Amino acid sequence: MEQRRKERIDRGVKVRSDSIYALMSWRELSYLTVPRLLLIIGMLILPLVVTSMYWQRVISIVCIYALLALSFDFLAHYTGLVSLGGAFFIGVGGYLTAIFNTTFGLPPLVSIPLATVFGAIICTVLLLPCLPLRGVYFAIVTLMYPLVFARIIEAMDILGGTDGIMGIDSFSNRWIEQYLVIIVVLLLLFGLRRLVNLDLGLIFRAVKDNDQAVRASGMSITNYKALAVLIASGMGCLGGACIVHIYMWTGLSLFALDFSILPIAATVIGGAGTLVGPVLGCLILVPISELLREFGTLRIVFYSIILVGFIVFRSEGIMVYGQRKYHQFERWIKV
Amino acid sequence: MEILIYGTINSVALVLMSLGFALVYGISRVPNFAHGALFVITAFITWSLLNTLGLNYFLSIVLAIIAIGVLGALIYQFVLIRVRGMAISEIIASYAIGLAILEGLRWGGFKGHSYRLPVFIEGSIIVGDVPVDYHRILTVVIGAALVAFIWLFTHYTRLGLALRGIAQDERASMMLGIDSDRMALVAMAGGAMLAGLAGILLLPLGNIVVESGYNVLTMAIAVCIIGGLGSWMGAVLAAFIIGFAQILSVVYLGAHYQMVVALLAIIFTLILRPSGLFGRQKELEERV
Amino acid sequence: MNKEPILQVRDVTKAFGGILALNRVSFDLYEGDILGIIGPNGSGKTTLVNSITGFIKLTSGKVMFRGKDITGRPAHKIADMGITRTFQIMRPYYSMLAYKNLVIPLFSPRAKRTGGWRGGGKLGDRDTVSIDILEEIGFERDSYVPYKLASTLPTGYLKRLELARCLALKPEMILCDEVFSGLSMSEIASMIPLIERLQMSGITLIMIEHRLRELFKVANRVMVLNFGEKLIEGLPEEVIADARVKEAYFGSEEAKEVMDHA
Repeated sequence: MEQRRKERIDRGVKVRSDSIYALMSWRELSYLTVPRLLLIIGMLILPLVVTSMYWQRVISIVCIYALLALSFDFLAHYTGLVSLGGAFFIGVGGYLTAIFNTTFGLPPLVSIPLATVFGAIICTVLLLPCLPLRGVYFAIVTLMYPLVFARIIEAMDILGGTDGIMGIDSFSNRWIEQYLVIIVVLLLLFGLRRLVNLDLGLIFRAVKDNDQAVRASGMSITNYKALAVLIASGMGCLGGACIVHIYMWTGLSLFALDFSILPIAATVIGGAGTLVGPVLGCLILVPISELLREFGTLRIVFYSIILVGFIVFRSEGIMVYGQRKYHQFERWIKV
Repeated sequence: MEILIYGTINSVALVLMSLGFALVYGISRVPNFAHGALFVITAFITWSLLNTLGLNYFLSIVLAIIAIGVLGALIYQFVLIRVRGMAISEIIASYAIGLAILEGLRWGGFKGHSYRLPVFIEGSIIVGDVPVDYHRILTVVIGAALVAFIWLFTHYTRLGLALRGIAQDERASMMLGIDSDRMALVAMAGGAMLAGLAGILLLPLGNIVVESGYNVLTMAIAVCIIGGLGSWMGAVLAAFIIGFAQILSVVYLGAHYQMVVALLAIIFTLILRPSGLFGRQKELEERV
Repeated sequence: MNKEPILQVRDVTKAFGGILALNRVSFDLYEGDILGIIGPNGSGKTTLVNSITGFIKLTSGKVMFRGKDITGRPAHKIADMGITRTFQIMRPYYSMLAYKNLVIPLFSPRAKRTGGWRGGGKLGDRDTVSIDILEEIGFERDSYVPYKLASTLPTGYLKRLELARCLALKPEMILCDEVFSGLSMSEIASMIPLIERLQMSGITLIMIEHRLRELFKVANRVMVLNFGEKLIEGLPEEVIADARVKEAYFGSEEAKEVMDHA
């Protein structure tokens, strides 16, 4: 019987170097830029194409989940800290901006950055003792954090208790709301991609690969892990702050598991470790979940099944698959 | 006195909730995040067999537990086996399965006050000056019997010893001809059955609600982490510590603090003593 | 020798549960020496390295480096003082190219201060420096090897990579945990001049080895550990001649043969 195997050959541009591209022609230039431009332009014109208020709101939610998914992907696949506590970041950011806005009367465009910075610091300080933990244990602890905070707020009846805090200012204009989140996502996406290839990103990856060797090289792994958590939690808090101003309300639902689970699902489906993948995953998952809203909790069943399917059969995700198809020729050859 | 009695009952309930989780993790190193869902679905299956098909209570319990064992085995065979060794995929996959089961039940209309399982024996007895119903006493007795049974099973039967072998050193056991995947399958089925049994024992005390699935999962994780994963005695002791801490917090602080105590206990244990109270050095290296 | 020892280990004890992995081990190490540590499996050699470099906390005892007490300091602080180590189980940064593995230690505060191996204060381009170090340690400069993914390198290169990672810090002392094991005779033969070069450039070495013949060629002093206790320490010839060592370690005929060769 004739046996065949698949041969993969890299396309020209990718082969030449790992990080430096020698662009020889317009064709090669477009080969590299078109996918990136497609994403940027697509995201930017999306609010103009979608006219209904409802779906524009969905776009904002997509962006907030995308922020969380990016922060998850960055922490998990570039620093080796698997955090299931997306809801924790969202909650801290959300409650902080609510306090800044209602108690101190700061406008959204001031309270959001403040909540991001202070939220990131608070989250990092609270997670600091857990940083030596690895793998499953870090995941479990971070999964517990949002639950603890929700229960404490409920039990002590502080910060509005179960009712939450109401009367938060919305954005002055819905276009500001739309483009603020979209531009933030795009900036952070490309910023992170740059970061992970810079010096700092290299050290983060080293911490992920072998933290003992990093210690033996005279660098404190706790400092670098804390820095990574600071970056990731800042992104989560930013998302939380935005969502509070969009809904004009903050409450215990900010600590809900949705914010921890959906970004992870998006990352798995979109392609872990690519940074673009998670954003793509959110762009797919969140609208589907909205479309299925009339089915009630059945939508959660649906996306759980999709998630399991992806983990079991296509664990690389859409983006890795897509990149492979884009960068490589494939052909069958005889063995 | 009240604290002592209810603390004991609560602790045994925690032991029952966490046994299945501890068994599966101890043997196959898979954190089974679908544990809570298995706990709840067994109660609903029993309820359906009892009320819809009109079967005998005892028969429906046996059937439900067998069904849940098969379900656990299927979950392992078709999903978890493919992601074994990848800790995060294990968590996500099993959690997604649990989520699908629980939310599927909710969608299927299993909510509201009509879902109750009958208690095994009606009535109550005054112990000291506290009324305790027979069912709770029965739960404590069955719980104790179950722990004893598992201990005997894992120490004196071929299958039990094989399971412990896999738990301690997977490679060495495989070289001795123990099929690791089959043992994990057995463990998963057993763990699911333990979860189901716990559900049937504990849920007659209140309504069957979907939410309890999430709480059971949290409590199971709490008990196992604090006791030190893979340590049986540790899990039992941890269940008693948390059980009494919870009752004390309810008495002195208010009902809301019950969960806070458990969650804070997890966090502090992991931070201060990552191997758990009774874990060994080997596990410490895995965690830190 | 009237100079101050660079490393003083005093009554170092480490207990895991009830088992004493190290029991009151003491020794001095002078600058520029190579100390070989030998002993049967499980005699506490790696534990000793771990405890000197701060990777585990001591139960009791003291470690002094250049007269300063470094007991209980965190591992990265000890590495920052110039005490580096290799790992018995080599785990490079798998997802990176071989030379990028060396860029990581070049980011450490110590490398920034010292300028890396052969550096004179100011650190140049990290990629160039790391290729220089790799060449020093025996990677061919113009070959493709430094540009391969670290996960694809064979054992010999990985061992060198471990040493190179230490060199990037411009260390004063290297603790080598079995750098010879798993290598072929010819690979070891090419490693020995390297070790000698390191010694000549003023680095103090502690070498844990099972390959006795090679170790005795390079080591100035040899210490024997057995069940966590120091059996004997002395010049290689003294250690070979000692009856207790023969009894504890070189019991078999085969090992005696090795001794005769050495």
